[in-house]
Amino acid sequence: MHKSWWKILSVLLLTYTFTAGLLLDVPHLPALQETIRNLYFHVCMWFCMMILFTVSVVNSVKYLRTNRIRYDIYARQYATVGIVFGVLGYATGTIWMSYTWADPNNPAAASFSAIAREPKLIGAAIALLIYLAYHVLRDSIPDLDRRARVSAVYNIFAYAMLFPTIWILPRLLPSLHPGREGNPALNFSDIDNRMRVVFYPAVLGWTLLGVWISTLKIRLNILKEKTLIHP
Amino acid sequence: MTGTQKLISLLTALLLSVVSFAQDSSGKEVEMADQMRSNGRIYVVIAVMLTILAGLILYVVRLDKKIAKWEKQEGKS
Repeated sequence: MHKSWWKILSVLLLTYTFTAGLLLDVPHLPALQETIRNLYFHVCMWFCMMILFTVSVVNSVKYLRTNRIRYDIYARQYATVGIVFGVLGYATGTIWMSYTWADPNNPAAASFSAIAREPKLIGAAIALLIYLAYHVLRDSIPDLDRRARVSAVYNIFAYAMLFPTIWILPRLLPSLHPGREGNPALNFSDIDNRMRVVFYPAVLGWTLLGVWISTLKIRLNILKEKTLIHP
Repeated sequence: MTGTQKLISLLTALLLSVVSFAQDSSGKEVEMADQMRSNGRIYVVIAVMLTILAGLILYVVRLDKKIAKWEKQEGKS
């Protein structure tokens, strides 16, 4: 095992998130109540996804500049783990909204039709689908160098599409999702100081865990590549 | 004892202590000062979540070790 301080830091920060996130006092808000603690988990998934996708696109650009296959492996694995975190963010959001947005007095279908029109959800789904298409595209090209080049270019396009789909469009349309008016969770006026103490370490902890898993997948794939060349 | 074995034994000890907390409710009088039963039993939730986290981390650590071993072998050949 590559012993690194940041792996230990990740475990410590996540342990802190899981304990302090449940124990420390949070603002008492109507409708949200205790579910506001989901900020330490659900929101962190999206932060982590965004950071991993950014690392992925940086490696794609590096590949295009140097043509070293190693950067292509980096880009792919960071994107994969980014998708995993995105799906987790989506799944946790589904649970969260069914208990805060859905109105128990309405029939389920009425609540669903209101929620299904949420621009943030549609945007996030489109962004994730674009990244899934990145993998479909990759695996459909058998030639190693062409696959790397085409998918690096596509990855830049996919990253560019993240901005309209998850950052711009949801802010132009009416939505139930908070954070439309500014930067959710980063704005100094809309996040309580008590929550900041847990939220920032939580983002860092989750991101480091994502990077850890990505590096494992990268090392595995580099080994695979080696055995393919010299069997 | 390797690091993993130490971790596993620590985890088992933790689990056992949780189980023993769960079993001593047979008496008539209700013990309320118990850490695991105060604050709406939120500590139980924390114990469950930390166990899941520990399990996942342990899994990742083992994977990391396995890959490192493979890398060493690959370096030699």
